[in-house]
Amino acid sequence: MAETALTHPSEGPGRLPGWRGIAADWASDQRAFKNVSWGKAMMWIFLLSDTFIFSCFLLSYMTARMSTTVPWPNPSEVFALNFAGKHIPLILIAIMTFILISSSGTMAMAVNFGYRRDRVRTAALMLVTAAFGATFVGMQAFEWTKLIMEGVRPWGNPWGAPQFGASFFMITGFHGTHVTIGVIFLIAIARKVLRGDFDVERRGFFTSRKGYYEIVEIMGLYWHFVDLVWVFIFALFYLW
Amino acid sequence: MTNAAVHMEGQLHAPAHGAVATGAVHAKGQQHPIKLYLVVWGWLFVLSTCSYLVDYFGLHGYLRWSLILLFMVLKAGLIVAVFMHMAWERLALAYAILTPPIAVLVFVAIMVLESEYTHFLRELFFATPS
Repeated sequence: MAETALTHPSEGPGRLPGWRGIAADWASDQRAFKNVSWGKAMMWIFLLSDTFIFSCFLLSYMTARMSTTVPWPNPSEVFALNFAGKHIPLILIAIMTFILISSSGTMAMAVNFGYRRDRVRTAALMLVTAAFGATFVGMQAFEWTKLIMEGVRPWGNPWGAPQFGASFFMITGFHGTHVTIGVIFLIAIARKVLRGDFDVERRGFFTSRKGYYEIVEIMGLYWHFVDLVWVFIFALFYLW
Repeated sequence: MTNAAVHMEGQLHAPAHGAVATGAVHAKGQQHPIKLYLVVWGWLFVLSTCSYLVDYFGLHGYLRWSLILLFMVLKAGLIVAVFMHMAWERLALAYAILTPPIAVLVFVAIMVLESEYTHFLRELFFATPS
């Protein structure tokens, strides 16, 4: 039953559209999310809970920044780099943003090739995504090192409000952890794709369930979410 | 009883409705042309560049904040709608996932009031006269 692979053509046969569809889906006494497998629904619900976690971090940062009487360090200058004798504001963060967006693009295409059962291209694009992710984490490690050398600590820094360090390490650290986990997740799934697990519906080592190419999309949801969180961090922490 | 009725009704619609909506594009899983992803990718680059330029040109005040928020919301919308395929999911899932974060906005409003109050008290009692 669970393996009928009801994967989402958005309007399946006999489904009501629009508001009536919501009422019918939720009131049907079966499963609310038609066309969506349990794996995908659970990934979405996990991402929703993760949204709240990151929201709480950003909220506490907002509260600290709004309530302090000491001036907040100017991120534009804190994260500036000297390139070829020029002082460019926020350049490292901008490059990191572009890298993460690119990784999202390759991930979206990997999902697409996955559903076309193009084993090699799917795995290759996932590995490219993982490489972008690893580059991102590397640059973040560089950024952390630079700031720590300049004397930023969770309890203080040379430029202003002491909460700056705590907010910075907490928010970017948690996001970096997500990227790292994503890279591991990507490599694990890419290996399975390359091995052809989803073509022969090989059963998983831990779950004993048959594998489908949908896992690439579920993995993609996680990865895009990591990019999504960065959009908010970039806007609210680095640019504000 | 009513559930069964709704369901039955849904079944009756089946041939008329399903056949059209599930065209060849949606044959199996989320299948969309690669071009769509490339276009969205391009837009994300443009929007990121724009938000970087806000900082590069050192815009200030309400102009800066509204531009940052605008680009942020546009980028987030593109990622969720196209890359995460929310635009093609059934509304039951979309609303279940997208409405709860509204509670965060309420939380933001509460904390803005709270931090303004804290700031006021700190100014009043703790700020060292300079």
